[in-house]
Amino acid sequence: MNIHEYQGKAILKSFGVRIQEGIVADTPEQAVEAAKKLKEDYDSSWVVIKAQIHAGGRGKGGGVKLAKNLDEVKERAEQIIGMQLITPQTGAEGKKVNKVLVAQDVYYPGESETKEFYMSVLMDRAAGRNIVMYSTEGGMDIEEVAEHTPHLIFKEEIDPKVGLQGFQARKIAFNLGLSGDAFKDMTRFVAALYKAYEATDSSMFEINPVLKTSDNKILAVDAKVNLDDNGLFRHPDYAALRDTSEEDPTEVEASLSNLNYVKLDGNVGCMVNGAGLAMATMDIIKIAGGEPANFLDVGGTANAQTVKAAFNIILKDPNVKAILINIFGGIVRCDRVAQGVIDAYNEIGNIPVPIIVRLQGTNAEEAKKLIDESGLQVYSAILLKDAAELVKKVLA
Amino acid sequence: MSVLVNKDSKVIVQGFTGNEGTYHASQMIAYGTQVVGGVTPGKGGQQHLERPVFNTVKDAVVETGADVSIIFVPPAFAADAIMEAAEAGIKVIVCITEGIPTKDMIQVKEYIKDRDTRLIGPNCPGIITADEAKIGIMPGFIFRKGSIGVVSKSGTLTYEAVDQVVKAGLGITTAIGIGGDPIIGTPTKQAVELLMNDPETEGIIMIGEIGGGMEAEAARWIKEHGTKPVVGFIAGQTAPPGRRMGHAGAIVGGADDTAAAKMKIMSECGIRVVESPAEIGAAMAEEIAKLRA
Repeated sequence: MNIHEYQGKAILKSFGVRIQEGIVADTPEQAVEAAKKLKEDYDSSWVVIKAQIHAGGRGKGGGVKLAKNLDEVKERAEQIIGMQLITPQTGAEGKKVNKVLVAQDVYYPGESETKEFYMSVLMDRAAGRNIVMYSTEGGMDIEEVAEHTPHLIFKEEIDPKVGLQGFQARKIAFNLGLSGDAFKDMTRFVAALYKAYEATDSSMFEINPVLKTSDNKILAVDAKVNLDDNGLFRHPDYAALRDTSEEDPTEVEASLSNLNYVKLDGNVGCMVNGAGLAMATMDIIKIAGGEPANFLDVGGTANAQTVKAAFNIILKDPNVKAILINIFGGIVRCDRVAQGVIDAYNEIGNIPVPIIVRLQGTNAEEAKKLIDESGLQVYSAILLKDAAELVKKVLA
Repeated sequence: MSVLVNKDSKVIVQGFTGNEGTYHASQMIAYGTQVVGGVTPGKGGQQHLERPVFNTVKDAVVETGADVSIIFVPPAFAADAIMEAAEAGIKVIVCITEGIPTKDMIQVKEYIKDRDTRLIGPNCPGIITADEAKIGIMPGFIFRKGSIGVVSKSGTLTYEAVDQVVKAGLGITTAIGIGGDPIIGTPTKQAVELLMNDPETEGIIMIGEIGGGMEAEAARWIKEHGTKPVVGFIAGQTAPPGRRMGHAGAIVGGADDTAAAKMKIMSECGIRVVESPAEIGAAMAEEIAKLRA
């Protein structure tokens, strides 16, 4: 589960990770009040107004702006709140900004140069262990760093028996070229960051940039925090941070019906039991000359109710020109699913697109008979390759 | 022969008396699997499905000589159940449970690393050796005994492949559902290796999906050590990057774990890669025909 920068920073701070301080605001007026408070608490005359959306590259789309006085705070906040922010990660339609984070200016001049680093904590799938990944090249797109200067990316693997050790934190600080107070503060920063990662059941932290300030403090200027969905049952307070306005409304509705649905851009909807078969069905649609309009796993207990809910979700997408239902009945009996399709069809009334139903496995023959004799405008198949042919036919 | 499990495997069910455990244990027994008992803490001493219930895996092992366990406990307790089975000396642990936190699985992997045990799953359909033992949730009736081994991250897609193989006139030695989570006990390479070393297995079907590097690792191993035809399929050729496709591990993270990248490596390593999941069975039949010609 993704959360906003301001939420992620609050979690980090609660584990002793130093952050760029800030106050979240829903309106330009609140933003001005926030800026006044930051002046009082941190003597920050300038502030940064940062759009809070679940996507990176906000600066590139004009969602992060510096304000040097209260008039500018109001003006910038007015520009950003309510805007449709388009970044390299949002897609062409962008995302609406509902909140901004008014953050202290941490790039103030001082005794030494400021320096930006990159740091993330994540699970390395090959090792089955957590790693701290870090780089001297902060503030940039890490994929670009990986492509052009891979030798500037370092990885530190953490032994799950003992967790992050002191020598590892020191190694990281040395590799980042730090010394003196900044070195010490970096070791504290890394230790606190890893502790937070473990304790929150996170699946990724990405802090880009980590900043060394001109007075040699280390702090997180940004925070991308991704929590492990499977761990949320242990953290109801974090689960409550879910912002459904950041998600596709149809996906939110599907999740309420216990359907695993991901909206895509294609023209053929699909309804499948099992995640692997669902992906394979999307691939079949593509091979047959269409484009999948969605991923949809109805799970192991497909019945009339789930089939109806799935139909309703798929039909919300106006681009859908045909629907392919692909069920391999193991525990699920195909004749029950077939009856579910017929009932749902009759209940919804007029489904305006052709439907191809492919049922295989337990009671597949009975199921095909039910569909064929129902009088509905439904094509039925038992073999997957026949279903693919039918998709080709209805799209032609 | 076959691998991992056979008609002599003595199986216990962890989470025996729950709904899932009860239903699938009955199905396993009906298939002919030697289910010798089960474990539900607090219900030790009772009988369930005409078999003894034990409080601990250790008790079950001592009393029944069980060497295989299948786990149906909820995600919050599943890691604990796996470690209990490993500690009690179970040789093959099959964990069906979906939704175990990654943090727990990191601990499990560490715990079982140096023990004489093999974990299959979690988030998997289990293992089946056709006509001998079903330790899982797959529909037993689609399997026929034969010479093809199957390794797969997915449940229903495995059934699809098996069904095609059987309809093509072939049969199955052992099908191993390795699971769709980011951390699993037996990665693709290890499962392929088991089948490659099994004298009864003539050909191997390897079904992967987007996310992670397990298929590439297996492909490189096959290039070096492979002695049998392998047919491969990767689900998720049309999946967009950064979106999780149902399985916790099915997410494109970079350029290396897309379906296209995996299919390319597999092809380069001599695996016969099919683009359409409808062609898995036919491709395997062709490979076997060539072998026997």
